[in-house]
Amino acid sequence: MLIFELSKPGRRNPSQSPSIAPVVEDIPQHLLRRKRPILPEVSEMQSVRHYTKLSQKNFSIDTHFYPLGSCTMKYNPRACNAFSMLPQFLARHPLASPATGQGFLACLFELQEILKDVTGMKAVSLTPMAGAQGEFAGVAMIRAYHESRGDLSRTEILVPDAAHGTNPATAVMCGYTVREIPTDANGGIDIERLRAAVGPQTAGLMLTNPSTLGVFERDIQEVQLIVHKAGGLLYYDGANLNAILGKVKPGNMGFDVIHMNLHKTFSTPHGGGGPGAGPVGVNDRLLPFLPVPVVAQASDGRYVVETEKEHPQSIGRLSAYMGNAGILLRAYVYARLLGRAGMRRVAEFATLNANYMMARLKQQGFTAAFPARRATHEFIITLKPIKDATGVIAMDVAKRLLDKGFHAPTTYFPMLVPECFLIEPTETESKEELDSFIAAMVAIAHEAQTNPELVKNAPHTTVVRRLDDVRAARELDLRWRALD
Amino acid sequence: MPFIPHTEADIKAMLATIGIQDVDDLFDEIPAALRGAELTAVPEAINEMEIGRLMQERAEADGHYLCFIGAGAYEHHIPAAVWQITTRGEFYSAYTPYQAEASQGTLQLLYEYQTMIASLTGMDVSNASLYDGASALAEAVLMAVRLHKKGRTVLAPKTVHPVYRKVVRTIVSNQGIGLVEPDYDTRSGNSPLEALEASYHGDCAALVIPQPNFFGVLEDVDAMTDWAHAHGLIVIACVNPISLALLKAPGDWGNAGADIVVGEGQPLGVPLSSGGPYFGFMSCKQDYVRQMPGRIIGRTMDRDGRPGFTLTLQAREQHIRRSKATSNICTNQGLLVTAATIYMSLLGPEGLERVAAQSHANICTLLTRLGSVAGVEPVFDRPVFHEAVVRLQSPPADVLRAMEAQGILAGFALTDDYPELGQCLLVCATETKTSADIDRYAQHMQRILSKRRLDPPCAQKM
Repeated sequence: MLIFELSKPGRRNPSQSPSIAPVVEDIPQHLLRRKRPILPEVSEMQSVRHYTKLSQKNFSIDTHFYPLGSCTMKYNPRACNAFSMLPQFLARHPLASPATGQGFLACLFELQEILKDVTGMKAVSLTPMAGAQGEFAGVAMIRAYHESRGDLSRTEILVPDAAHGTNPATAVMCGYTVREIPTDANGGIDIERLRAAVGPQTAGLMLTNPSTLGVFERDIQEVQLIVHKAGGLLYYDGANLNAILGKVKPGNMGFDVIHMNLHKTFSTPHGGGGPGAGPVGVNDRLLPFLPVPVVAQASDGRYVVETEKEHPQSIGRLSAYMGNAGILLRAYVYARLLGRAGMRRVAEFATLNANYMMARLKQQGFTAAFPARRATHEFIITLKPIKDATGVIAMDVAKRLLDKGFHAPTTYFPMLVPECFLIEPTETESKEELDSFIAAMVAIAHEAQTNPELVKNAPHTTVVRRLDDVRAARELDLRWRALD
Repeated sequence: MPFIPHTEADIKAMLATIGIQDVDDLFDEIPAALRGAELTAVPEAINEMEIGRLMQERAEADGHYLCFIGAGAYEHHIPAAVWQITTRGEFYSAYTPYQAEASQGTLQLLYEYQTMIASLTGMDVSNASLYDGASALAEAVLMAVRLHKKGRTVLAPKTVHPVYRKVVRTIVSNQGIGLVEPDYDTRSGNSPLEALEASYHGDCAALVIPQPNFFGVLEDVDAMTDWAHAHGLIVIACVNPISLALLKAPGDWGNAGADIVVGEGQPLGVPLSSGGPYFGFMSCKQDYVRQMPGRIIGRTMDRDGRPGFTLTLQAREQHIRRSKATSNICTNQGLLVTAATIYMSLLGPEGLERVAAQSHANICTLLTRLGSVAGVEPVFDRPVFHEAVVRLQSPPADVLRAMEAQGILAGFALTDDYPELGQCLLVCATETKTSADIDRYAQHMQRILSKRRLDPPCAQKM
């Protein structure tokens, strides 16, 4: 039932809005609203009950194992939320003077320092509001760099074919054309094809390392040389930073610019689709172009907010104020709780969990996409053998996992591997949880043999069964309308 | 180990399963020269009690102020239920609802949100939100240029939030899209048709109409909409959602209504939080839905004929279309939209109307009170929604500092963004301000300004 269907004219919550209804006299009639909007008229209890019940129709990290590859669905510590929602932090206006926000700015400044250290970069701007905006900032800086040198012939961004969809979409938003570089048989970037692709038109290469194929790009040093020699810059997509946190710094791999996904690596909430936070880090070359605002410390120790005035070559602003400030506080609390040693452990145990799962699944007869390679914090299995033998496809197995109380791994991405599952357990899951997931996979593989229809028709136990996506797109129903 | 559940025995067993001796062996494919980078600036771990104390101290150092700043972010009362429900783990820690069967809660909520926003703005359809108001305007500009097909310039009057105009430039300029900024009328504070006409040229694709505008002033939206349509332009409304409980819905502007509506969703139940996370809303006419960026939720049927909700029209999006997507955007601000949806359900149409009307009444009261303060005068003569520009006889920076020392954030100085309004302050009063608060503001303003007339500036340190 929709909240609108609980609505009854005249029902309201008088405690929660002003107790008098002032008459508006000075605004001309033609500027005033003609009829009231369709908003629910329900009691507080009805609303609370309705949205509590809706929440119970979700899978979430707090209720389910969520091994979504490339999404890093790790536990979101409650302390990070609690300490970021202290009343003074919540009440602070973004345009209040820095003097009234020294505590808040101290957290942001220290977060910048922490992120500089883990990425090996020279400076960090916290302002991008999501990974894709961080990517935009990064590529826009690459463009600003070339233009500042009068190098206007660079029109192309190189992207591996296994990259996230945001990479090519971002390059286009920055006015570039995209050239895809193929992947070799071992999951690495095809070096010869890369060598052939670079030239005076190359603005840069966007790379995720470890890649979305769940392997580390072993030739990274050579890749770096090829691109830099051609005059291009290297962009690091931080989607998989969890795999190397505290172990390897992207700056040391030769990257010029990086974005981080704090909602992955630094455990800020995914919130059912956002907010994210996608800070960018740069080396010396791109320093002048960093998006503003950034937090700096004056010689007297006070924190100040720097803008276009201090950074005249900046690519500019990406949000009305300071990006997703409250999310940055959560990341700060998380970083302090982990500390230096804790960062390294994140990478170690995320990688241990992934390699353990891959080894166990191989033992149970599943097919790893790159069996000769180490898994990073994630790995791919292909369910093509199951499909060939039984007709059950990866999506069916994904849906059947929901019946067994697990969120599905990432399916059909990257598209290079047929019937693929990209599995990322994260470091916060216990061995017991991983073992029960593996048991579920084994059980489903058995069901595919003995009762394929059961799997093809899954899920059976969720609040709805498989939804008609074609109908959703053809007969668009994007809002409720009163039946009258 | 913080947030890692492994025991020694677990580690041993797992390493044995993998067939290695040591966790470090897992990293042996990484070139040796890159391994073992030391962290030097990351401090050692502290525990929950210690970080709690540190954050508490920092929060207290920031203190609490009586806030009369608006300028795009507004303090409103947020019912207690809003964030208690929003931070339930099932909303807080869920992923994007790609697996629809496991995400019906979030999906239904977003469908309800889309309904509320479409109705509030008077449009046919809404998306599931964008990052914030400024970036939503940038996306609307890109969308308008796609729809128009020919023009590559957008008219964004100077009465549009100055930072929004900056953000739009950052985001669209690399695609060769330009902004032209028509002037405002210095007496009325709105954007007259003559100024639009003066800025118009053949390459224009769209007009942005802010309501209320950055000065708080109400624009003549009907005339502007009709003017834009007569010139073949797409009309982008940039509106405050609370004001829409009182002001004409963009869908009713002029003869044909606005085409795309965007705005900052923060006033709907999202705390100020130093600027984020907020959310941007976007709605449009039905015909334009396939050019709308961002996630969209549709209602459909499951295999058993039960209604259910799913992400739809995904062929517009980056994870399917890659370089041909409508935008690179991946996120919607799901958690903030959860708060906004619960907020709107608790306020209802009448509650929201009261919030809007009380806010309007409060700025009128404040302006009346300031009318009797020597050294403060109104700048524009048109009706406002809940904020207004006043001119001070003393430099705004000094007055703001003096007011801050009394625990009052007195407004936003226009000096940097509008040099011609260098002595001016943009001041806002929402429903959260009592008449005692307004008195306090006026009294301190009076005292500070009168003191400044008598004393040299060095005597102003309070």
